[in-house]
Amino acid sequence: MSSSPPVPRLQLQGITKRYPGCLANDRIDLSIEPGEIHALLGENGAGKSTLMKIIYGVTQPDSGSIVWHGEPLKMRDPAMARQLGIGMVFQHFSLFETLTVAENIALAMGSEAGTPKQLEPRIREVSQRYGMPLEPQRLVHSLSIGERQRVEIVRCLMQDIKLLILDEPTSVLTPQEADELFATLRRLAAEGCSILFISHKLGEVRALCQSATVLRGGRVSGHCVPADCSDLELAKLMVGDAEGLESSYPKVSGGRVRLRVDDLNWHNIDPFGTSLTSLRLEVRSGEIVGIAGVAGNGQDELLALLSGEVRLPRGERERISLDDHPIANLYPDARRSRGLAFVPAERLGHGAVPDMSLSDNALLTAFQQGLLSKGLIKRAKVLAFAEEIIQRFAVKTPNAQAPARSLSGGNLQKFILGREIMQQPKLLVAAHPTWGVDVGAAAAIHRALIALRDAGAAILVISEDLDELFQISDRIGALSGGTLSPLAATASTTPADVGRWMAGQFAPQAPHLCTGSSASSAATLS
Amino acid sequence: MDLDLLSNILFAMARTGTPLLLVALGELICEKSGVLNLGQEGMMLFGAVVGFIVAFSTGSLWLGVLLAIAAGMLLSLLFAAVALGFNANQVATGLALTIFGVGLSSFIGAAWVGKPLAGFEPLAIPLLSEIPLIGRMLFAQDALIYLSFALFVLVAWVLLKSRIGLIIQAVGENPDAASAMGLPVLRVRTLAVMFGGAMAGLAGGYLSLAYTPMWAENMTAGRGWIALALVVFASWRVFRVLLGAYLFGLASIIHLVAQGVGLSVPSNLLAMLPYVATIVVLVLLSRDAIKTRLFAPVSLGKPWQPGH
Amino acid sequence: MLLSLEPRGQQSRAMLWLSPLLAAVLTLLCGSLLFLLLGLSPGLTLHTLLIAPISDWYGVSELLVKALPILLCALGLAVAYQARIWNIGAEGQLLLGALAGSAVAVNVIDWESRWALVWVLAAGTFAGAAWGGLTAWLRTQFNANEILTSIMLNYIALNLLLYFVHGPLKDPEGYNFPQSAMFGDMARLPLLSDDGRLHSGIYFALLALVVIWVLLQKSFLGFQIKVLGLDRRAAGFVGFREKSLVWFALLVSGALAGLAGVSEVAGPIGQLVPQVSPGYGYAAITVAFLGRLNPLGIVFASLLMALLYIGGESAQLSLNLPQAITQLFQGMMLFFLLACDVLILYRPRMKAVWKKRLVGKAAVA
Repeated sequence: MSSSPPVPRLQLQGITKRYPGCLANDRIDLSIEPGEIHALLGENGAGKSTLMKIIYGVTQPDSGSIVWHGEPLKMRDPAMARQLGIGMVFQHFSLFETLTVAENIALAMGSEAGTPKQLEPRIREVSQRYGMPLEPQRLVHSLSIGERQRVEIVRCLMQDIKLLILDEPTSVLTPQEADELFATLRRLAAEGCSILFISHKLGEVRALCQSATVLRGGRVSGHCVPADCSDLELAKLMVGDAEGLESSYPKVSGGRVRLRVDDLNWHNIDPFGTSLTSLRLEVRSGEIVGIAGVAGNGQDELLALLSGEVRLPRGERERISLDDHPIANLYPDARRSRGLAFVPAERLGHGAVPDMSLSDNALLTAFQQGLLSKGLIKRAKVLAFAEEIIQRFAVKTPNAQAPARSLSGGNLQKFILGREIMQQPKLLVAAHPTWGVDVGAAAAIHRALIALRDAGAAILVISEDLDELFQISDRIGALSGGTLSPLAATASTTPADVGRWMAGQFAPQAPHLCTGSSASSAATLS
Repeated sequence: MDLDLLSNILFAMARTGTPLLLVALGELICEKSGVLNLGQEGMMLFGAVVGFIVAFSTGSLWLGVLLAIAAGMLLSLLFAAVALGFNANQVATGLALTIFGVGLSSFIGAAWVGKPLAGFEPLAIPLLSEIPLIGRMLFAQDALIYLSFALFVLVAWVLLKSRIGLIIQAVGENPDAASAMGLPVLRVRTLAVMFGGAMAGLAGGYLSLAYTPMWAENMTAGRGWIALALVVFASWRVFRVLLGAYLFGLASIIHLVAQGVGLSVPSNLLAMLPYVATIVVLVLLSRDAIKTRLFAPVSLGKPWQPGH
Repeated sequence: MLLSLEPRGQQSRAMLWLSPLLAAVLTLLCGSLLFLLLGLSPGLTLHTLLIAPISDWYGVSELLVKALPILLCALGLAVAYQARIWNIGAEGQLLLGALAGSAVAVNVIDWESRWALVWVLAAGTFAGAAWGGLTAWLRTQFNANEILTSIMLNYIALNLLLYFVHGPLKDPEGYNFPQSAMFGDMARLPLLSDDGRLHSGIYFALLALVVIWVLLQKSFLGFQIKVLGLDRRAAGFVGFREKSLVWFALLVSGALAGLAGVSEVAGPIGQLVPQVSPGYGYAAITVAFLGRLNPLGIVFASLLMALLYIGGESAQLSLNLPQAITQLFQGMMLFFLLACDVLILYRPRMKAVWKKRLVGKAAVA
């Protein structure tokens, strides 16, 4: 036994996968030992998702081999992967909200595993053992995001698990919840389960993983032990020569108040939605205010109230004001004519009509910029406007007639942001401005936001990406359960502070925060 | 009102409610799997005409029923091919199916209009049918109505108790996740559409072989559409489908009730009642948009293809 | 080996317009097959159905007479369908237009001025709009599905019409036939020529065509309607008023269908009869889709549909074919159109289909 070297649990050799127009995976090698927590690092579009779909049998590689416990095999489908003991936790959960926890798990396990009722005791037992308590009879739609993730993980643990793959699992968690997840994962690894942890966050990879494989542009750009590498080294592996990637921009403090949200209360009649309670917020000209928070804590509701998709009755119109004009009862077009511009969270289907051309999509929000005459559309002007956006913001597209759907995420986001900036707004509200966007486009978007700020506009950014908020915002706060934390100068705030706010703990925790120079940052509360 | 009249009304209610119940049960399964098939009226008519012609020509009512079911399924396969295979808009495809079914049934049935047929006779079960009030309604009906009771139990069991029910619901809620889990989304949906077609065909056969044993153009008179409204009324819950079908059955025999109490209203105005009732019900049930959203299958009517 | 589909990634503009033609050709092929099965010569039957009816001026004028109500209804439906408001109620809106117009007409039989016609047309148009508005009200106020309510309103309108034609509007001197009195000359649409039944209603159709074309192709209102249809959330995001747009689309739809209905009774028919419409409102659904919801496309599609109607009549007379052939062809055409539309977004490939399915099935979106 001891004479032979241990056989790796999983080995990938020369995995290559080509899609029309792109080489998603190019001769990728990877090896995971039993009980090892292995990180797969890379930016959006580096080929991480494709690789894990190949491991899980969702997609077949064009060439290369998968070796499981020393045996080469062909991963036919997810069912086969599950049979071998491979479990996967998707980034967008594959749960059915109208079914109970037990029914969800029973569906995934196949008919041999038993009925939902028969599975209940084991679900309780497994979830308790790994510190993720779950009530099997609850309907999934009544669970929080964190609890849903537990269902996904427990679902994997119900079988004899050998390899657990997690795709960006912490993107939906507060830093504290992430720590709890890490504890569970370490426990699993100690029992001999291998874990493939997919992420682009360097900090958590260093905290959790024993080894890492870094992907860039579909290739392995390096293997390393994360604990021994600096952030800069890892970042270089991930993005190559970090050209134009500024880690932070100079922080400023703003001028006069542009946007004022004053004791905003809003009761959400949707039982799955969040209600907002006594929100107070000011955004000044020439500053960027960032609002962090885990999804589902009132971001969508606040955004809808700011854009005008949801309006307050006339009597409450002063709750939101722009340049001291009450706007809370106005429709979006009326708010836009007062200088509001808006980049919504979803590009396709919200910020842009997927099946309309870029030129029509330019008209969509900019119709008050002299593009109409007597109710008719001035086609030539609209086209010129769209072409100017494309040119000024370096949007890659064959022409302005291309449908919005045909653009990559980053390019479409540049177009939408460009469309809004070209209207010379006094206030720009941007939700998740770089979500799912490649590094280059993200940097361009950040630069554009900073330029707009420096030109005197007020900017409110709502994002789930803490790194991004620390990079670009001048003041920062967090939403939790429909209430807003105090806003503080970003320069004197730590991610740990914001993490506590995201969890709803707004009171200063450590005494040193309240003394000395930090006190001044606490005084910037709106 | 005396007991006899009430018993008669209940008896007639089950008879008029049955075609609605059959179609609505089929459409319920179909919609649960995420497919909106507006072609019920067309499938029913085709089932009715095929059932009638077969029964008339062969003299076998049951062969007529069987082929009525097959006819409904055949048309539903057309729908499945275009809406599921070719990813066409489900609303438009369902409308096409209805227009096509109306035309096809009128075309092949033109020579059979008004011919007499001895249809299914009531089979009273001794003793049970003599229970006061509900005896005749439940135990003095024809064979197809007994079949509808059995089918109701079957559909209720499948949806509420079986693994198949879970799969149908999963596919109708989130086809992407279901597919990632290895469930054959398109196959499940096709089978659900076919089941809907079979039930619509059977309902058509019931009309032309039992309810009014004859063939007339457009003899379904909008029942396929009412059944669609019924599924909304029932908030996609199977017991409410039963309740709704019989309530609508009641609405369409209201003239019997009116005669019973000696009212005289022009028949054309009375004939409007089921349709008015449908609108009223839609209004009452849909007013709360959020509630409707909670009960409706999440992916209802959205085209889906693997790998997108 | 079977046909398999591969996404094009982008709409094929050519297929967008080829698909209706392809659908028409496939319908003819299928129809020929059907005629063969019935023991008829396909060539002769198609000739009887599609060519003979329009081989003289009278035939062409009949074609236009039939195309008129279909065109008006379909133009209105195009506006609603562009907003993805599935108004199936053109038939009922048409019937109600005819009913209301007749109700006015029988009361102005002895008027000597053209105001009679104006009032009749106005009543019909208004009633159609109101019937469409009812659907809009149910939809915007109570969130009731417009497909189902508009269908139900069709049945209600039909029964209302039957009630009135058998009751209050029945001609007292009509030997108890279910029909109204003949309208006065001043309430009739003037004929354009002495041979044939082509009447001045054609001007309304041309006017409607221009207005709807400008609305959908050139105006910002049309743009808003299209955005609403393609992407409700985007429309809400930029502040387009969804409820007003729904009202607008259904009122326009209803008014045009009502105008079509009243033009029938004040035009070729001259009185209210139970069979005002042989399903024009339903045919208009097929026409609207076949014409790609584009006003010019709809003109061609409605001519084709009218041809099917008069062809169906002549096939019944000379070949003893059921007149339902018209609806049968309608249904086939719509089916084939929807099937052919797959080629707009997908490219057919010869390939073992099951293999791709197997791979595709497992793929995560």
